[in-house]
Formats: sequence, C-alpha cells, structure tokens
Amino acid sequence: MLNYDIVIIGGGPAGMAAALKAKECGVDSILILERAETLGGILEQCIHTGFGLQYFGEELSGPEYASRFIDLVNKEKIEYKTDTMALEITDSNVVYAVNKKDGLLEIQAKAVILAMGCRERPRGALNIPGTRASGIMSAGTAQKYVNIDGYMPGKKVVILGSGDIGLIMARRMTLEGAKVECVCELMPYSSGLTRNIVQCLDDFGIPLYLSTTVIDIHGKDRVTGVTIASVDENRRPIPGTERLIECDTLLLSVGLIPENELTRAVGIGLDRVTNGAVVDEYRETDHEGVFACGNVLHVHDLVDFVTLESQTAGEGAARYVLGKKQKSDQVTTKGVGTVRYIVPQKINLNNEGDVKLFFRVGNTFKNATVKVKYNGNELISRKRPRLAPGEMESVLITKKMLDTFEKDGVIEISVEV
Amino acid sequence: MNYDVAVIGAGVSGAFAARELTKYNLKVVLLDRCNDVAMGTTKANSAIVHAGFDAVPGSLKAILNVKGNAAMSDVCKELHVPFKRIGSFVLAFSDEETVTLRKLLERGNENGVPGLEIYDSEKLRSAEPNVSDKAVAALWAPSAGIVCPYELTIAAVENAVKNGAEFIRNFRVSKIEDDGSVFTVSDGKQEVKAKYIVNAAGVYCDEIAALIGDNSIHTIPRKGEYMLCDKSSGNLASHVLFQCPTIMGKGALVTPTVDGNLILGPSAIDIEDKEDVATHADVLADILAKTQKSVPAVSTRDVITSFAGLRAHLESDDFLIGKSEKNGRFINVAGIESPGLSSAPAIGEMVAGIITEDCGAALNPSFDPVREEPVRFRHMSNEQRKALIEKNPAYGRIVCRCETITEGEILDAIHAPAGARDVDGVKRRTRAGMGRCQGGFCGSKVVELLARELGVEINEITKFGGESKILYERTK
Repeated sequence: MLNYDIVIIGGGPAGMAAALKAKECGVDSILILERAETLGGILEQCIHTGFGLQYFGEELSGPEYASRFIDLVNKEKIEYKTDTMALEITDSNVVYAVNKKDGLLEIQAKAVILAMGCRERPRGALNIPGTRASGIMSAGTAQKYVNIDGYMPGKKVVILGSGDIGLIMARRMTLEGAKVECVCELMPYSSGLTRNIVQCLDDFGIPLYLSTTVIDIHGKDRVTGVTIASVDENRRPIPGTERLIECDTLLLSVGLIPENELTRAVGIGLDRVTNGAVVDEYRETDHEGVFACGNVLHVHDLVDFVTLESQTAGEGAARYVLGKKQKSDQVTTKGVGTVRYIVPQKINLNNEGDVKLFFRVGNTFKNATVKVKYNGNELISRKRPRLAPGEMESVLITKKMLDTFEKDGVIEISVEV
Repeated sequence: MNYDVAVIGAGVSGAFAARELTKYNLKVVLLDRCNDVAMGTTKANSAIVHAGFDAVPGSLKAILNVKGNAAMSDVCKELHVPFKRIGSFVLAFSDEETVTLRKLLERGNENGVPGLEIYDSEKLRSAEPNVSDKAVAALWAPSAGIVCPYELTIAAVENAVKNGAEFIRNFRVSKIEDDGSVFTVSDGKQEVKAKYIVNAAGVYCDEIAALIGDNSIHTIPRKGEYMLCDKSSGNLASHVLFQCPTIMGKGALVTPTVDGNLILGPSAIDIEDKEDVATHADVLADILAKTQKSVPAVSTRDVITSFAGLRAHLESDDFLIGKSEKNGRFINVAGIESPGLSSAPAIGEMVAGIITEDCGAALNPSFDPVREEPVRFRHMSNEQRKALIEKNPAYGRIVCRCETITEGEILDAIHAPAGARDVDGVKRRTRAGMGRCQGGFCGSKVVELLARELGVEINEITKFGGESKILYERTK
C-alpha cells in the first residue's frame, strides 16, 4: 500500500492546477494519476488558440496552455503516473489504480481530488434513427484523429450540435480540405461561445441552422447523407421541412457529460443538473476529504475557469490535510427559474474570504437583471447586457455578506427581464 | 482447398453446424460474406432462448426449440458463454387473452415444454413488480432464458476452429459448380472445393440455393427494430416479458440482457432489401408505446441505442432443414428466424446428422468441446487482477474506460481463432465501446491496436468490414 497526502485523479488542466496549488499551500506528498500517456488532458488535442486569455492575459494553443502547467508540475517535483487508470475509491479514501508497470496500485490518501473531466454525449443518447454506418463520431474523436493521429475522418461533413468542439471542428475540417456542409442546432440558440461562431463558422461561410436537427442517417457501409429537418418549439421535427444533405461524415457536438463513474460508485451526492458532485466553496464533496474540480464537477466554457476552480479545490484539499478546515455551518445556493445551476451548492459561513458563485442560464437574454437574494431579501441586483447558456456567469458573495447569514439559510439567484 | 463440408454463413446456425461437424472426422470450412461472424440475423434479435410453446406441435420450430433450449445450459458451459435461465411470462390484458394463454399452455405441453403454469395477477406481480397492473394473468415458462447471440456464435466458431475447422471471411459466394461428387464454391476471386454444402446463409438462403438450381426457397426479410436501454434500467424487468399474440400481431417484448441492459422490441415489417437495417423514429415510438403497456416505467430517457435486424422468414412459417431436392449433398438450413437462436445447438446436431448419415464419417476422437474462458478484467477481484498483470502487463492498461476493458483483452480478441478484424468485432468480443461514451474515447485506441496487431495503416481499419473505413488519407 502506498501513502500520499493528496491523490489527484486526472492530470489535465484541473488536476495539475489543483496539485500546484496544494503544493503551494504546503503539502508535499501529492500523486497525480493520469490515464493518458502524457499529462495535459484534452488540451493536447486542442491545437487551436483562444486558451489563457483570462488566466495568462495572452492567447495560447491548448498544448501551450497545458505545457505551462506540465513544466511547473515537473519543476515542483510533483509525482505523477501516466497511462494509469483509477478503478475505485473506497469509503476510507483508498484509491485503486492500474497500469502496465506497477500493476495494481493500492494508495491510501488523506484527501482525494477528482479531476477526471468529461466526455461527449454519443449518438445513442439522441436516438437518431437511420443506419449504423461508419462515419458517425463525436467531434472530439474527430479532433483526436485529425490533430493527434494526423488522419482525416471525413471529406464532406455535417455537424450536429453547435457546442464549442463542434464549431472548432467545423473550422479545423475546413482548413484540412474537407467541405463542412452545415452545423445544425436543435435549440433556437447556439450553446457555443460567440467568438467561436464568428471565427469558426462565419469566417468560413459555414451555415448554422438553428432549431434544426438530424432525423435520419443514410448509407450502408459509410454514411452517404443525412436528412435534416426544422423543429418546432417542442423540438419536434416539422413535417415538410425535411431535406437530404449528402455527406460522408456526421460529427456530433451535442453536449458534454462529467465523468463521474468513480464518484457515483463511492456514493458521493451528485447534482442532477450539473451531473457533477454537490460541493462547498472549497469544492469538497459530501464525502469527507474528497474534492472535485474542473469539468468533472460542471462543464466549463473556458479552461481558464477550470484552472481557477481547481486552485480553489487544491487549496481546500491542502487545508483539509493540514487540519485547517473550518467547522462547517452551511448555507445552500439555489438557482431559480432560468438559472439552471449554481456551483458551489453550499457555502461554509466560517469561511475566511469572499466566495464566487458560478451559474448558468437556460436561455438567451438581452438587458436582463441578475438578482441575488438571501432568504428572500435582495443582496445584489446587476444589469447584464447579454446572458447566454453557453457562457458561465458569476456573482461574488463577500465575506461581509456571509457574516450576516445564518446556518441553513438559502441564497437564490434569478434573472429578471 | 479441398474440404468435406463448406458451411455458407457464419451466423448462429452455421456456427453450430460447423462445430457439430468437427465432432466427426470431417474437414470443415465456414464461409461468410462479411468481415466477421454473426453479422446478419444473428447480430440483431431479441437475444432470447425461448421455452418453445409458440410453434405448432410437430413443426421443426417446435421440436428443435425445445431440444435446443434443453441443450443450452451445457453448451454455454462448454463455450463459457453467459446464459441465464430467467424464465418468461406471456402477459394477458383481458379475459380473451387469458383464453389464449391456456391455448399456449396446452400447445407448450404438447411440445414438451417443462414447468408451464398460469399465474394470476397477484402471483405475477410478486414475481415481476414493475409489470403493468392491467395485466390480469400470465403464462410462466421457467425454461426460457437469455444469452448474447453473437457471443454464443463467436464462441461456437472459436471452438469449431480450435477443432480444425477453417473460417474464411469476406467470401461472398457467387457461383457453385458440382461435378457429381465435389462442389466448387467461388466468390469470383477465390474458390474452395467441398463434398457437401450447408446453406446457412440467413436471408440469402434463397439466392445461395438458386446457385445450384434450387428455386424452392423464397426468403422474406422481416425487419425487427429494437431499442436498448442503459444498465440503470435493467432492473425494470427480471424475466422475459411477452405480450399475448393477437390478430393485431405479436406485441412487443421487454427483456433484460445477460449484460444487464434492457431490450425493447421488435417491430415486424416485411421488406424487400436484404441489407436494410435502418431504424425509424415512428417505428421506435410505436415499440415504446407497446412496451409501456407491459412495463409502464420504460422510458426513452434510458434508451442508449437502437438497432434493427432481419428475420429470414419463409411463407411456410417453419424452419426448412434438409437435403435440397436438386442435390442430396446440398443441405438447406433456411427460414431460421425465431426461435433460431434457441434451436441453434439442435440445428447444428441435425445438420451434422444428415451429413454423417450420408457419408458415414467416424467420430473425431480429439474433439475438445471446451472454449477457454476469455479474460474478463471487469469481473475479477483485485487479487486476480494483480496476478493477471504480473503475468501479462497488457492487462494493466485500460483502453475502454466505461466498461473497464484492458489492452490485453483486446489483443486476445484480435488473436483469437476467427478473431476480430474491425472495430465492431473488437466491441462484440470485449464490450470495448459499448459503454456510455459509445467508443468516444476508446474507438481511436482500438483502431490503433487493430492496425498494430494486423500490421496495416490505421486508415485501413474498418468499423465492420467492406467500405466502412473510419479514416481517409493523412492530413495535409
């Protein structure tokens, strides 16, 4: 049995930021477990730029952003094992993992940080009828084939879903010589970042069809085309709007799901909206000593925010290991109406500083007001020119506000038009 | 190459025919037009081992179903294929349907089905709590079970190959010549010679028979669409749940699979195209509505994928197994639709019987009925895993995260007798890519491993053979 103060599951941007922060806070015994061959996570295949604007104030590619942290992990001599898959976390924070070199690893941790990231929703979850030909894959899989393996997964492409990876891949496939026929989005709005719609679709003349979905897939061996149709306000295809588009590839960018299999197996409480753990302001779950951060907790738009959140979790885990965790008297947070979720879901009133609440809305708004209430009393009212499901929002709950709250109180966030 | 028997079609019937034939001193070749075994009717069906009360007494379907069902436990033990004898219910929703249950029970008794019993609604609900409270009675058949049809077929072929049979894939038979004692079977590029032919070509049985001038078979592809639900809903049913056959059709079934998912379906639509396995939104919606009649809690939310299969239906509504009227060395195994999977061991035995009676082949003294159990890392204890990785480090690398499938298991699948040559083949043998992400992460790893082990470029790897390539040329 190995012993570490903190075991971090996942060596992507979340895991590395958490590790570095924990180290900075005075914990030396840290082990990162990474299932891929290298640290860096999904950033390694995101060779486009746009990373780091918030955190570094400069525009980096994914591998560049990752390498800054990989260099620091090496410099700080933080231990990590790549090609290593965590299989199980026990009630007493023993982590079982496996790799070719060490075989089965049994690691006792004082604290565990979950940083496993997320995966893409597959076709099956959408129930698209049609054939099961080759040429249907998630946008992220296509990204790996193009950027890591150096092979084209298609030449004539339809993309379903206007999530950021779908938009990025529309541009990437075009740059590599493929013809991207269109991007179809079921919703009346795109869930991707505005800058990606402009830079990846508009700049290349790729049409974005809103309120449109794929209702049939054709082709026996390889995809030969898809039928798309407009949908009504209940997202049901409108008869008569069907249209066949010839293509050899259908890329899916229809949402990301946090990878919480380990989390679920150990019995940690999950938020039904985020599909991630329910956490407090240090991102500690309801399982003592287990923290979660990054896309395994909730899906972020920008890696910069993942880094910041993971630093919070790293600090929390360090405080826990060093015995600095405060006695916990909690208030809960609650999204009202269009505010689909808030992270963290709980705040400890004995926390020593301000707490930022991150939330996401379920629709697009112009000139709306974000209202924050504590037990029904208004705390914050802030005009926002634009709100969109694709862009995470935040409000700051100051220490001063916290001091006026009482245990079991409720902080609500709502949007008024 | 010269063989005693060429079996055309590596579905479950062909596989068991080949395996049974290797019990004798016969040189057997198994041909399939696809890149793998179990690619036709066998791949997509209800995955049920029926008890045997459906078919008309005295029919081949009735006789072989009951016989195959009885043999299934031992066969699955020999082949190390999971088989669960969970029992089935036929649900009745009216007094009229209860009368039908009694008829089925009598028919079942006549067919020799053991243990049939009519349950009242109370007894039914205590056995199957999620069943609709509108079900007034049910026919209980304890001998019904579930098995994975392609796993069974893969195992049977592996065992046949181990016992000397040869498997040739991508062999689409287009010409058969007979010199009176030896057939020459060709696909236009290669040929094999065999004294006997077993025509187990599923929906293509009629076309294969026509190659020797036997035009007596007319196969009607009858499409069945299905939905597969996530394992989280697998506990909604713990038995196979049929509906009463009515004049409106056979109804839909709800059944758990051996892997813990739930299957809903099938539809039954006669079509022309023998390759058309597309699914349709309206058909799937209809299946859902029908299955909700049996288990109201079934929901689209849990559906992880849909698929369709083609039954090889004959107008006679029975299996057609025997020597062709045109040629006594040409054995038709046609019309193998439900209960074909249930009957497969008995079909294999019957086919071997016909041939050995004709040629008088002696028993093969070195026949080994056992197919070694494949490594299943996910089912092992940590101690077993430790020992396994020490022996072979490839089992220490997880390739499919959702289903916890190791590189070692994938290498085993590729290097097994009649092993996997494409991504779907690896998936069917190991479950890599069958989990929640449906191959999103591991798909490209499986492609890499296939390319490495088969010594080809990764853009030559296909999803399921033919033109189903996954990648085109290199990027610029």
